[in-house]
Formats: sequence, structure tokens, C-alpha cells
Amino acid sequence: MSPPRAHNYMDMDLLRFTTAGSVDDGKSTLIGRMLYDSKSIFQDQMEAIEKASARIGGEEEVNLALLTDGLRAEREQGITIDVAYRYFATPKRKFIIADTPGHIQYTRNMVTGASTANLAIILVDARHGLVEQTCRHSFIASLLKIPHIVFCINKMDLVDYSEERFEEIREELEAFCSKLEVNDIRFIPISALKGDNVVNKSTKMDWYQGSTLMYTLENIHISGDHNHVDCRFPVQYVVRPQTNEFHDFRGYAGRIAGGVFKKGDEVTLLPTGFTTKIASINTFNGELDEAFAPMSVTICLEEDYDLSRGDMIVRTNNQPEISQDIEMMLCWMGESPLRPNGKYAIKHTSKDARCIVKDIRYKVDINTLHRLEDDKNIQMNDIARVAVRTTTPLFFDRYSRNRITGSVILIDEATNRTVGAGMII
Amino acid sequence: MQSYSLTHLKELESESIFVLREVASQFENPVMLFSGGKDSIVMFHLARKAFWPAKVPFPLLHVDTGHNFPETIEFRDKLVAETGVQLIVGSVQDSIDKGLVVEEKGYNASRNALQTATLLESLEQGKFDAAMGGGRRDEEKARAKERFFSHRDEFGQWDPKNQRPELWNIFNGRKLMGEHFRVFPISNWTEMDIWQYILHEKIEIPSIYFSHTRKVFERDGSLLAECDYIQRRDNEIVEEQVVRFRTIGDMTCTGAVLSNADTLEKIIEEVSASRVTERGARSDDKRSEAAMEDRKKQGYF
Repeated sequence: MSPPRAHNYMDMDLLRFTTAGSVDDGKSTLIGRMLYDSKSIFQDQMEAIEKASARIGGEEEVNLALLTDGLRAEREQGITIDVAYRYFATPKRKFIIADTPGHIQYTRNMVTGASTANLAIILVDARHGLVEQTCRHSFIASLLKIPHIVFCINKMDLVDYSEERFEEIREELEAFCSKLEVNDIRFIPISALKGDNVVNKSTKMDWYQGSTLMYTLENIHISGDHNHVDCRFPVQYVVRPQTNEFHDFRGYAGRIAGGVFKKGDEVTLLPTGFTTKIASINTFNGELDEAFAPMSVTICLEEDYDLSRGDMIVRTNNQPEISQDIEMMLCWMGESPLRPNGKYAIKHTSKDARCIVKDIRYKVDINTLHRLEDDKNIQMNDIARVAVRTTTPLFFDRYSRNRITGSVILIDEATNRTVGAGMII
Repeated sequence: MQSYSLTHLKELESESIFVLREVASQFENPVMLFSGGKDSIVMFHLARKAFWPAKVPFPLLHVDTGHNFPETIEFRDKLVAETGVQLIVGSVQDSIDKGLVVEEKGYNASRNALQTATLLESLEQGKFDAAMGGGRRDEEKARAKERFFSHRDEFGQWDPKNQRPELWNIFNGRKLMGEHFRVFPISNWTEMDIWQYILHEKIEIPSIYFSHTRKVFERDGSLLAECDYIQRRDNEIVEEQVVRFRTIGDMTCTGAVLSNADTLEKIIEEVSASRVTERGARSDDKRSEAAMEDRKKQGYF
């Protein structure tokens, strides 16, 4: 595999994926392998980690984990603390990896990495099969509605590349995943260490007829991952040049959160409910006839009503829900527990509001998926279903329908820290 | 049905424009750091797109070490004249003259570390509450952990172990008095993306990125440009070579590479075949394993 050349680089698309795995399941080795085999590790990076490997552990083999563990504390303790972003490209695609630590105390980091991902790679040790951590990683991937999940059954070399063992684990995983809402699940037997089925097809597993991991990543269909049905345009910024050339220009700048907007479309403005038409869709490079998610554009309307940041332009015949009472699955990230009846700042698309926690419906045991209806003590890394009431109505869709108009964050008003990630039900 | 998909460059562009508009919306007095290098040039180009047809609603801040390549300053001044953007210059020489910092001495003396004091002073003077930088996560491993919206305390410090989680595209720019944010709109771009975008958008860049003849000498495996700011050892011999620069920093710490790439297409071919990262020629990063993390904690770019 060679890096992309100039001539074929212009029509590549972008896949964002997250990797979840626990200590010692070979996650860093797998990422190192993908970067190395796609020639994305450079000589000076290699030399730097060779030096560091020798210094820290006196290890004989180069420790590829040192490539992803960027902070001093991480290298010293040999653990991954935070989400790290890695980049590589093949002639077909550019990839962004959100590499997240797998331990339970870092659930919030996993949620963060998963929030922007099209695909999740979940590593399973072939010797151990489905363990508690696998359940947790799968649950988070399904909760965050990552469209594609790839289970990599790793360390196949340590189970003699056994088809039987692979099928056994696959059945276990399929049974577990039937409890989750995931559309696209795949299973690949690999050895990250030896390179089997990562980039190159394994010669040791003739019984496996499927694609290698890299082929899967390069070819999986992702253009359907955005919502192109429900037109949603949260107004982010109002552009008013007030120059002679553009004296009367008043444009609403934002990033399309869903659907396809066309010039001439009848649209409704929220919250006022006024109806008008799209006069033009503007960019620096000229006017467009249509624009779709996730494009950043500036929309001009035929009539100018009062419309500002936090408002939304939608299609008249397809409108979001409008309410002050919101039900959500909430991943708690704050150091102090969620306060029942507590007040928090809430951010939803470009809108800022405040909210009060009306009820904690239940807490989820993220290892067994059991609902704990009597446990209202929501600590950092817990996931719960809660009901909140906002100071002003939000215009939202269910998270399962639209990841942008269906997500919120909660902020502690005293510390300004982001303490909760909510997915609207 | 038509397939609605974007190329990766269009998707990156859209994401960066979104971040730039968030900055203009969430902060009262933002500023864009501008070094004259390709990353800050692309970031400024994206800002022009984000607010078009209005002007970019914030000024540029250049932290001037006094050790710049003359070509960089020439380019900066031309860009300012052509676009009408406001430029603020923070001078490291002024900081030295005021006794705020002390100049390093010796053969490897560099003003790189001194920039942090000048930067923080300029931010304070201008009462800026957000400073946008052209840092990319693929550049360096400490930067791989950086957020788009990166919170700084009242001393300008970065606390990498205690960062705010950043979910979806919802950015939390709330802060207390005296604190500020560093924002990195092109976090997700790689060196290759930047070059492809420059080619695609026909963006002008300083001439020293292209192959040219220059007097250089070798030190610790790097080719440094001969100039008044570097003290040479007796055994360091100046030779004329055909070179170009992959990054633009101070003349004292930015190494050249031997190259015949005199067009963008040739540069892209060279970058895609290269086995050394662009910062491989930067001696400021080589000082220790955690050189970048340490500088960033203190408030570096």
C-alpha cells in the first residue's frame, strides 16, 4: 500500500472512526499496524519512539503504543488518559481515528470519541471472547448511534487461527448485539501483531472469506450516514457586510444539520413560525442551487424577518419537535454527581439555554444493560435516562433520527465545565 | 437518487468554517494568530470564506521574533494590504528590551521559547478572550490531544490532563474573567490536506516554500540558512544548495530540505513520498521528548 499521490487525492472522502478496547487487547498495536502499513508513520517519529521504548521499558520490540500516548503522564504510566486523534490516508480515503482509552473510568472519553464517528472498531481478545468491557463498548457505540460497528477478533494467532473459536465468539456477540440498536455489524478475525487480515489478507485463515479490516474501512458506504431528509438549518451567525457593494445583504450563516436545501424552497423560521422562500444560497466561491449536510453556507431569504443565532430554518412541511420538556439518555462527565432538581446551562445546536433536572428515570448498568430504577446517584461515567425542562423551547429531533439536532451538552454554571452529554429520545 | 457526499477537503473546510463562526459568535474580542506560514495562511483564507461577503471580523496578531525570514514579512505585509485586515504585531525584541525575558546565549540560541511571553503580553494588552491558532493535531503528539476550543487559565496555562470533553460539534467557550481560549480551527487537517487545499484554491504562499538557491550550513542533521542571527562554529561550512522549507519558523531553528520542488504539484509529490515529518527539521521540538507539551502548558501556541 502506498500513500495517496497528487492526482487521485482530490476525490477522496473522509471516514471518522473510533477504536475501543481494553488494556492489553492490542488496540495500540492495531493502530500502529494501520499507520505503519499505510506508511503514515514517519522515520523521525519511529526513531523517537525507538528511543523512548529503550528508555522506559528496556523493551526489545518497538512499542507502537508510544506513538499514540502523547502526554508525559501517559507515557510514564503506560496508560492512555485522553482521546487522541490520529490521521492517515490511503488512495481511497482519508481517515480520522479517535483513539480512546477503554477502561470504565474513561467512559466519558469513549463517548466523546464516539460522538463524531461513522464507525467503531471494537477489539475482542480471541482467547477471552466476550467480556464485560466488550458489552460496555458495544453499548456505548449503539447509544451514540455510530452507524457501523466492526468487531475485530484479535490475537487469532494465539488460538491457532481456529475457525471454530471465531464462530463461537461471533455467535456470542450476535446474541448480545440483538439487544442493541445497531444496523451494520461486521466481524473480522485478525492478528494485529502478525498483520493477519489488517491490511493484507491472512494466509493462515483460508476459511475466512470476508474482507480485511483495511478493505472494509476503505469501502464501507458512508454517504448515507448524514440525514438528507429532514431539512434543518440552525442559524449560527448573521452576516451583514454593510458595505457599498453589499449594502442590503443580510445572510444567515450556519452548517446544515440535515436535509437538502434548494433555492426557491418554502421554509419556516423557528421560533416565529413565519414562512418565506430561500432567495439564495451563498458561499465565497459563488451561489449554489442546493446545499446539504454537513455543508457550511450562508442563506438569504426573500423577506427579512427577525432571525438570529439560536433560531432555525426548516422546511414548512417537515418540522422538528418544539418543546421545553426533553427526555434524554445522559452520560455524566462531571466530577461531582448530577444534582436532582439541579440547574445547568444547556447547549443545543447554536442555542444556549438553562435547564432544570426534573427526574432521573433510571441508571443503566453499562456492563449488563440492566435498568437500575432505584439508583438515582449519577456519578462521573454513569449513563442515565433523565427528564429536563428548559427555560426556552428547543427545536429538536430524536437523536436516532439526527445526531446534530438530537444532541445537547450540560454545563456546570459555577465551573463552566462540560458535565453531561445528552442524546434526546 | 443523487448521492450527497463531500470530498474530504470540502468536509474539512466546512468544519473549519463552522468553528470560525462559533468563535465570532461566542467571544467578544477574538484574534487570529498569524505567523506567515502556510497553516495560518490557510486558516485566514478559511476565515475570509466564513464571513464573506463581510470582512473578517477580527484582527491578525503576529508575534515577531525579529528573526523571521525577510520573505515571510514581505508576504505578510502584502496580504494585509490586499485584504484590508487589521494587523497587530507583538515584538519579542520589545519584550527583551523591557526585561520581560532574557535572550538565550550560545550556538543554539533561539527566540522560540521567548515568544510565549510576548504572546501572552499581547493577548493581555488587547484584552483578547480567544486566540485562534493554525495548530494541527497531526503535527506533534501533544497536539494530538488538543481540543478545538482549548481552555486557558488566567496565567495562559494549558492543563492537558483536565480538558473539557468536546462532543459532537458543540463547543463550550464559557469562561471566568481573565481566562481565555485558544481555538484551533484546522485541528483535523494534515500537512497533505493543507498542500492539496492550497493547490485547489490557488492560495498564494511565501516564496521560500518553493525550491530556491540559498547559502546554508549543516548542524545536527539540519540545514540552517546563513544569517546574522546564528553564531556559527568554525567547522560549520557555508555552501550554496538548492533547497526549500517545509515549515516557516525562525531562521535560527527552521531547517531547509534539499529539494527541486518548484511548483505546488512537485511539493505534493515530495510530501507524499517523504519519510520525515515536517517538524523533523525543527530543532525547537527536538529539545526533549515532551518539548511541545511543556511549552504548550506555559501558554505557547
